[in-house]
Formats: sequence, C-alpha cells, structure tokens
Amino acid sequence: MALTGLDIFKQLPKTNCKECGQPTCLAFAMQLASGKTSLDKCPHVSDAAKEVLDSASAPPVALVTIGKGEKELQLGNETVLFRHDKRFEHPTGIAVSVHDTDSDIAGKVQSINKLVFDRVGQIHKVNLVAVKNTSGDAVKFAEAVKTVQDNADFALLLASEDAAAMEKALEIAGANAPLICGANAANYDAMLALAKKYDAPLVVKGADLNELAALVEKAGYKKLILDSGAREVNKVLADQTQIRRQALKKFRPFGYPTITFADNEDPIQAVVDAGVYIAKYAGIVVLNTADPADVLPLITLRLNIYTDPQKPIAVESKLYEVGNPGPDAPVFVTTNFSLTYFCVQGDVEAGRFPAYIMPVDTDGISVLTGWAAGKFTPEKITEMLNSCGIADKVSHRKVIIPGGVAVLSGKLNEMSGWEVLVGPRESAGIPSFIKQRWGA
Amino acid sequence: MAVTIAKEKWTSKVGEMVLGADSSVNVGGESTLPFLQFEGAIPNKPVLALEVWDLEPEDWPEILKAPFAGVLADPVAWAKKNVEYGADVVSLRLMSAHPDFKNASPEECAATAKAVAEAVNVPLIIIGCGVEEKDAAVLEKVGEALAGKSCLIGCATEKNYKTITATAMVNGHSVIASTPLDINLSKQLNILMTEMNLPANRIAIDPLVGALGYGIEYAYSIMERSRIGALMGDKMLAMPVICFVGQEAWKAKEAKSTDEESPEWGAQERRSILWEVLTTTTFAQAGGSIFVLRHPESVKQVKVHLDKMMESNVY
Ligand code: B12
Ligand code: SF4
Repeated sequence: MALTGLDIFKQLPKTNCKECGQPTCLAFAMQLASGKTSLDKCPHVSDAAKEVLDSASAPPVALVTIGKGEKELQLGNETVLFRHDKRFEHPTGIAVSVHDTDSDIAGKVQSINKLVFDRVGQIHKVNLVAVKNTSGDAVKFAEAVKTVQDNADFALLLASEDAAAMEKALEIAGANAPLICGANAANYDAMLALAKKYDAPLVVKGADLNELAALVEKAGYKKLILDSGAREVNKVLADQTQIRRQALKKFRPFGYPTITFADNEDPIQAVVDAGVYIAKYAGIVVLNTADPADVLPLITLRLNIYTDPQKPIAVESKLYEVGNPGPDAPVFVTTNFSLTYFCVQGDVEAGRFPAYIMPVDTDGISVLTGWAAGKFTPEKITEMLNSCGIADKVSHRKVIIPGGVAVLSGKLNEMSGWEVLVGPRESAGIPSFIKQRWGA
Repeated sequence: MAVTIAKEKWTSKVGEMVLGADSSVNVGGESTLPFLQFEGAIPNKPVLALEVWDLEPEDWPEILKAPFAGVLADPVAWAKKNVEYGADVVSLRLMSAHPDFKNASPEECAATAKAVAEAVNVPLIIIGCGVEEKDAAVLEKVGEALAGKSCLIGCATEKNYKTITATAMVNGHSVIASTPLDINLSKQLNILMTEMNLPANRIAIDPLVGALGYGIEYAYSIMERSRIGALMGDKMLAMPVICFVGQEAWKAKEAKSTDEESPEWGAQERRSILWEVLTTTTFAQAGGSIFVLRHPESVKQVKVHLDKMMESNVY
C-alpha cells in the first residue's frame, strides 16, 4: 500500500522553500511517491510527519537480521499472501534444537553442521542452532551456549524465558546478534532491555494474537520476531494466516517475521507440521530433529515454495564434463532446466563413468515439458551437437537421449548423422544403462 | 489490544461430489481456503486412496512392495489389503491394458474391475493405463460393468473425454479430468464435459501434479489459484482436485535411493515415507481433496495430520 503524492503532500510543510531541490512541496511529494527522491532531502519535515511517512513506506513485513557475517540470516520483506502473486522473498529459516541437558552437545552440533545438501547446483542448509534452557539452570545454559557457539556453522537462537539465564548467555554470545527467544508478558521489560543492550533480534510471544499485538505495540523496538503462542498445527495455520494478512493490510504490530515450533510429540507428525509452517508464512521453524531423513524433505519443500514462479532455475547451455572424459566417453543429451540437468549429472556421477552432458537450451524447462512445448527438438539438439565442439572431443558418433523422448530418435539421427541411443526414462537408470550398453 | 480477525468474504464454494453407492464418501464442498475454519465451512475431510494394479509392478522399490508381499499379483487380495490398511477409497489402475505390457482387452479389464468392486465395500477410483485411445475403450466396458457403483473413472483428457464422459453419464460415475498444469486448459476441459450434460459435481480436476522436489510448486500454485477461482464464483474451477501423489513421490530419487547409496540422506524408509506424506500434506494446504497414495504408512500418517487439521481454529 504505497502512499500517493497527495498523501505525502499533506504531511509536508507546504512552504515551497525549494531546499529539497524541487520547485514546490507538491513536486517533491510526487517525486517521493515515485521513489525518485528520499524524505531526508527535506530539512523541514516534522518528526511526527516523518514517522507517518516512514512507516507508510516501510515494507509490510520488516526485514530482520539474525547473526553476523557468514552466519547471517535475513527474514521478512514479504509482500504477498500467495506465491503466484509475486514470490516469497526470504525462505523460512530452519533451526535445529539442542538442549543444555544433552550429554554430547558438541557432537550434536557437529551433526547439525552436516545438514547441508546440494540441490540443483545450489547449497541448501539449515540456518540456526536453537539452544534450549531445558535445565532451567543459568550456568548450565551459558555453558551450553558457549559450546554451541564454538562449534556451530550457524547463527544462534537462545531459548529461555528466564531473563537472568538469558543475561548470562548473552555475555557469551551477545556480540553475534543471536535471536533472543524470548520475551513474554511476564519477563517483558527485562528481555527487551537485554535485546536493546545487545542490539539483537527478539522473539515476542503472546498468549494469543491480542496479547501479541499489545506487547509489540509497547516495545518501541523494531528487531522483532512474532510468536502467537499457538502450538497445535491447525491453530498455528490460522494465526500465521492472520499475521500475514494483517501485515499486508499494514496493521503495524504484525509487520514482522514469525517463528513456529514443530514440537509435535510424534516425530513424523512434527516434520509434517513443519511442512505446513514452511508453506504458510513461517519466518522460522524450530525443529527437534537433526535426522537428514527429516530435514532433507523440509529443505526441499522450502526451496520449491520459495522459488520465483516467474523464473525456472536454469543452467548455462554448454558442454559439461563429468570426470575426465576421453574420446570414447558417452554423450548424454538433456535440457537446461537445472532440476533436470542435476538429476542427470548426479546419476552420471553415480555411475562412476566419465562422460559428457549436453543440456540443450529449452528456456529452463524439463524434458517432457520442453518436448511438448517444441523447445526440445531434433533441430535444436542437432544444432548444439554441431556447435558445442563435442564432435572434436569424441571419436565416436553416438548420442544418448532421455527415454521419455524416444520419439525424437529417428529424426535426430537423420538430421545430425549421429547414432541415437535411447536411454532410460528416469536418469536413475543411467548407471545400469551404461554398464549394459556402453561396453568399455 | 483487540485484533480484528481478517476474514475474506467468499461468494461461492467448491462443489460436493459423492463417491460410491452403498457406503459412500463425500468430497469437496469447502467455502474457504484449506483448513481456515475461522472463515468458512469445510464439511468433508480430504479422501485418501491406496493404489492397486492389475499387473504386478516391477520397478517399485522394496520398501513399497513389502507391505503388499503375497498380494501384488492378485488385485482382489491387494484391494482388500488396502482397506485393511485404512484407505477410504481403492484406486484400481488397469495397467495390464497397456500395449507394451499385456495389452489386456476391455472385457478382461472389466472383469477385474468387477471382481475388485465385489470384494471391497469402499468406493472405487478406476484408472486406465495412460494410453488415451485404449483408456476410452477400456473405461467404456468398465463403466458398464460397474453401473450404479458411483465410481470415479479416468483419466479423461482432451483427446478421449467424449467416450469417458458418455460412459460416466449412462452408468452413474464421476470423471477425472486431466490437464497438464494449466488453469485454462483445465477449465476448458470441464466446460466441454459439462456441455455434454455431465453435472459439474461429477468432475474431479487432475492437474497432473509433480512430487516434492520435482515440480510440486507448479501444481501447488495452480491449485491455490483454482481454489480462489472457485470461491470467487467460477463454477468451472469449483471441482474437487485429485492428486496422484504416490506415482510421483515414488519416482523421486530421494524415495528410491537406498541407505547404502545415500547414507547422507538418512534412512530410506523414513525418507521415502516422508516424501510421499509431505507431498500430500503440502497439496492439502493448496486445496487438494483426493489423494492417491501407494504406501500404507503414508495413509496412516496423513490421516493423523488431516484429523488434526479438521479440528476447529475458529477464533
Ligand atoms: C512442472 C511441469 C511444468 C512446468 C514447467 C516447469 C519446468 N521448468 O520445466 C509448467 C507449468 C511451465 C509446464 C508447462 C507445460 N507442460 Co508441463 N509438466 C510439469 C511436470 C508436472 C513436471 C516436470 C518436471 O519438472 N519434471 C522433473 C524433471 C527433472 O523431469 P525431466 O526433465 O523429465 O527429467 C527426468 C527424465 O526425463 C530423465 N532424464 C532427463 N534428461 C535425461 C537425459 C538422459 C540421457 C536420460 C537417459 C534420462 C534423462 O531423468 C530425469 C529425472 O528422472 C510434468 C508432469 C510430471 N509429473 O512429470 C508436466 C508435463 C511434462 N507437462 C506437459 C505439458 C503438455 C506441458 C504444456 C505443453 C502444457 C500447457 N499447459 O500448455 C506446457 C508447456 C510449457 C511451455 N509452453 O513452455 C506434459 C508433457 C506431455 C508429453 N508427454 O508430451 C507433462 C508430462 C504432463 C502430462 N502428464 O501431461 N509444465
Ligand atoms: S524542502 Fe521541504 S518544505 Fe522546502 S519545498 Fe521541499 S518539500 Fe517543501
């Protein structure tokens, strides 16, 4: 909800003093509305007007940063309710918990550090380690925070509702802007003071939406993450939806990222609940599991939901080598949709057989979509065979195409002169295909 | 500080479909976005089907075959097993009709379908082998053999919808209308089918979903847009959506790769079930109403989740 030039004009001094470089206040207002100048160019706006204009021009969900340097995580700046309307901006931060009562905290952190997955040529990982003050003991909590900080590849979330314990923990970790989790109606002033002292982001938890709004109003602090207090998945969904809707309507107390907790006692249901939170607006989801079998599906879901719907992720269309392919290495044809390309690349690697992969430019769409859309054609494959230099690299003239587009083989053979081998439908079949069909 | 709950004022709702004759199951009828009870009614829980093939599946991973040991070559026994495992609906896939496999005749398929229908007391979904002309011929006979059973038959495409729609109308079935991830194509097929006088509440939309990691986001957004269209009054989008999750999820490398092949991905059993479950529950959030699954453990887990999601969240 951007302000119009007239809305802005109403807040200006209307003296037309020209100090902003514009002939009139109205002209300045118009420039400001179209984003061509900034409010600080006018030395005469009142503080009250500044407040109104700043908050009106701020994004519906504030940008909040957790951690520092390489471990930094940014959340917020969201502008839509549905990804098809634009796109979701900052992927849900995934936090994995350790308890200060755990016996081998360093070991657990090591296993969390390993939650890093390579998908479609990008690295995807969890983002935070949540240290929980399960013992209720301040010293134990501080020790745990120290161990985690010394070992973790990620920023920290400090979970304790005891302000004294939090104070001790912040003496250790405070300089790195950890997420303080957090403030509630009972410990409010003390937690808020700590957050301000360390300039660190703070989770504010209400017993319900009403209390949450009241606490946020009272804060006078902008580095906030919202917790509506709901823990059952059906209620969390409702609250997450409300918070996002209200934020988009510029109900200011809800204009911050949220945090959710996948605390379901059933470990599979906890993962399922986390999936709902990732799809439905959570800024952060805190998991109690570090099992890659649980985390990989969630990280994949996050990648999918947060992909820009207007732009499929594509790889450059050029000749790729796997291993050190020689003149008798096989040549695989595929498309430049990165999911497709990396499926093929991964499976060729799994076959431990050096090879060439030639992803044809289909504007980043899959094999069957590309074929159905006329972008993965014998003409295009032939053109790439001729132009990418493969003919000089291999001594044979055999090319392997995906099983799903077997129908292309006749025409491709005719146009290119290359012998066409039809590969398996799924790239997972490539290793056994090579063994059987590419006699080394 | 009192927060005014933000509610959308939707003007319409998703049509309600009845599956099965004796013990029937209702699908659809929502007058809000998925599980937002604070805003509208969600009269029916999404429906879970387990698949049966009339041909022993060869490339299913061991983890998927294990729960059906001994019945994979016997569709009747397999169907009964599915009911034991808690499926609301049994989805019979007539794979044997495929010219590359047995090329079974429509009559043979009809006999199988009839045997399965007599063996179980839950509604049936009957799917052809995916070859469009063959499916039309097969479903014509199957539809006749199961007259009055109110099955959901498919998949009807722009090429074969006429025969399938006609069969469904004569014999009292509903039809799955498949279009590849395109809201306009979907609407268009629904219009063509209703113009043949098939009531709109006897069509289920199949958007040809992809699995988690393999195009889930496209189907997710198409489904969200369809649901919003339906709630805003577009009758040709106001059909329950069916998602063939099992076939997609179990194709994914993450489901198929064994513990030895991918130790860094955790145990295959847990990972593969979660792949099917999360694909399903994510589509439930986008507006899916009928889910065709493969593993009984997935059905169990999705059920627990849906029961929870059906509890009220009215403020
Ligand atoms: C997501 C999707 C889309 C997205 C595109 C996303 C993208 N970036 O590609 C959108 C919504 C844009 C789309 C549009 C269309 N789609 Co589409 N779409 C799909 C969907 C659901 C998933 C595709 C996908 O991402 N697969 C995952 C990738 C990794 O698969 P892949 O590229 O095939 O790669 C695998 C194999 O081919 C093999 N492989 C790949 N390369 C190689 C190489 C070798 C050598 C070997 C051996 C193996 C191999 O291994 C890979 C992993 O197993 C499929 C249905 C489905 N469930 O598969 C339909 C599907 C591909 N679409 C289809 C169609 C018809 C279309 C449209 C033409 C329809 C329309 N709506 O107008 C349009 C065309 C778009 C255009 N004009 O640009 C049809 C194609 C039918 C056919 N057989 O011809 C499908 C199959 C749906 C269906 N069942 O009808 N689609
Ligand atoms: S500097 Fe401020 S007061 Fe002066 S003309 Fe510009 S907008 Fe008006």
